[in-house]
Amino acid sequence: MSTSAITAVEKLETGIPGFEHVSVGGLPKGRTCLLSGTAGSSKTVFAVQFLLEGIRRGEGGVFVTFEESPEDIMRNMLSFGWDLGEFVVERKLAFVDASPQPDQEVVEAGSYDLGALVARIEHAVNKVHAQRVSVDSLGAVFSQLSEAPTVRRELHRMAVALKRMGVTAILTAERTEEYGSLARFGVEEFVADNVIILRNVLDDEKRRRTLEILKFRGTDHGKGEFPFTVIPGEGVVVIPLSETKLEQKSSTVRVSSGNDELDTMCGGGFFRDSIILVSGATGCGKTLLVTAFVSGGQKQNDKCLLFAFEESREQLFRNASGWGMDFEKMERDGKLKVVCTYPEVMGLEDHLIRMKREIVAFKPTRVAVDSLSALERVSTGKSFREFVIGITSFIKHQEIVGLFSSTTPTLLGGTSITEEHISTITDSIILLRYVEMFGEMRRGITVLKMRGSMHDKGIREYSIDGEGMHIGAQFHGISGILSGQPMQVSQPDIERMGSLFREELGE
Amino acid sequence: MNKKFRLTLFVTGQTPRSERSIRNLQRICAEELQGTYEMTVIDVVEQPQLAEDLKILATPTLVKELPPPLRRVIGDLSDTEKVLLGLDISRVDGFNKETGK
Repeated sequence: MSTSAITAVEKLETGIPGFEHVSVGGLPKGRTCLLSGTAGSSKTVFAVQFLLEGIRRGEGGVFVTFEESPEDIMRNMLSFGWDLGEFVVERKLAFVDASPQPDQEVVEAGSYDLGALVARIEHAVNKVHAQRVSVDSLGAVFSQLSEAPTVRRELHRMAVALKRMGVTAILTAERTEEYGSLARFGVEEFVADNVIILRNVLDDEKRRRTLEILKFRGTDHGKGEFPFTVIPGEGVVVIPLSETKLEQKSSTVRVSSGNDELDTMCGGGFFRDSIILVSGATGCGKTLLVTAFVSGGQKQNDKCLLFAFEESREQLFRNASGWGMDFEKMERDGKLKVVCTYPEVMGLEDHLIRMKREIVAFKPTRVAVDSLSALERVSTGKSFREFVIGITSFIKHQEIVGLFSSTTPTLLGGTSITEEHISTITDSIILLRYVEMFGEMRRGITVLKMRGSMHDKGIREYSIDGEGMHIGAQFHGISGILSGQPMQVSQPDIERMGSLFREELGE
Repeated sequence: MNKKFRLTLFVTGQTPRSERSIRNLQRICAEELQGTYEMTVIDVVEQPQLAEDLKILATPTLVKELPPPLRRVIGDLSDTEKVLLGLDISRVDGFNKETGK
């Protein structure tokens, strides 16, 4: 017997952005998939989106509803810009309305099956030549009928019938806990081949949505939880982190930081496709460095995109003009786009998607984010880590130079959580630090790391005036600046240290 | 009082359960209903659109369209008491049975 008749499991695209990547191609074709989630975990949106993609590809879709009436579903989906009613008229979509009829009480007198339901689904599938079926939701059948064992047996029969029809189906089911049994009423027993879980976890007063493919029998899929978000006008958008492969090309082209002295410290400027993190306490000149970075691009004819999360447009523009940079003119010339948003207006996943879109739309060669720590405020540690990885890898992938600022929580020395997440991903780190010396606050700048380039290892003093930042000489005879406890080292000590190393070198 | 009953029974194919429900309905009609009745049996496999129009979920389902109100009973109709209750029909011989005469 030839085995060629048995082919590997094909996948069917769901049209859900990011899901194809996570699922390695989509849902297993011709099979039934259990989509389980708690109340409000966007099961219905997912199920509808799956059908719409089919319609877009010329395949019909059938939506079987046990819970909401078709009218309610159509009305709710309008908020995503999906006019399901139109597709029903065009015979591309059919509803099988198995929702409870409130005006009719049902009396059970003897044994029964769900033969009518199966016949109706089959009829609808034939009517619109459906390739895709969504059933929402299984648990609701149990509230309509009292004989749970019968319902379970009959739903199993429905699943078998769907398989026989050759359609790819999503069956949604509700769970009561985010991390508990798969679904209520033991429905997972008969659709156990493919299981997707949608979660909507409350973590530190913030909602975090994730999608997990628990199993796809006989085919590959991404493992673990992937964050997703629900966007008006689009529906479910999955954020695949594994998409971010480390395959960025490396450029040797240097771009100016907008500050000549800093360029010198960096060995001639930043690399074209690198990520630079500027870390410093409040008021030490991070935004100035960001502003200089933006205007530095103008000389090289770069297009710059600035995401500001701390200051308003007016503030930014006013401050820039104070340093002699005309942001308004740059925007008019199409060389600059400033996007100001309060971090609190949306979740971090939405920020990520929006920022990616802005980058794709504007096609900048420089991106500045001021500041990452403001975004950290609105998220949980896990989400923030995913966000940082997501945005940095995306920027690097586009081969543009990115400058992120980050605020340290302490005035002297110290690091922030932001840096913990980002420091290994960034190519260069520039520290701005206050240095308390002899009853005076002075400022120091150092290039902590710069991948693939020689750079100044010293901590230099800088000052800020009406023209911007001026980097001066190295702090001599001072140690402990980065730890926040500067100490003066006496000249004999320095000499002794120097000779110590010479001796070791055998001189 | 002479009521006219319009009853529709939805079944799936010719299964033992379908046949049992038809027999039970015929018996109930003959024994319990006062007045004339019109009984239709619909196989949902052959006429799924009718099942769709009336939003039939389970089979067998008995739908009483007349006299109003619209009522539906699901199951093989083996429990006569429940069928009558579901159809909102009082028993002809209910009183007799209770008194034992």
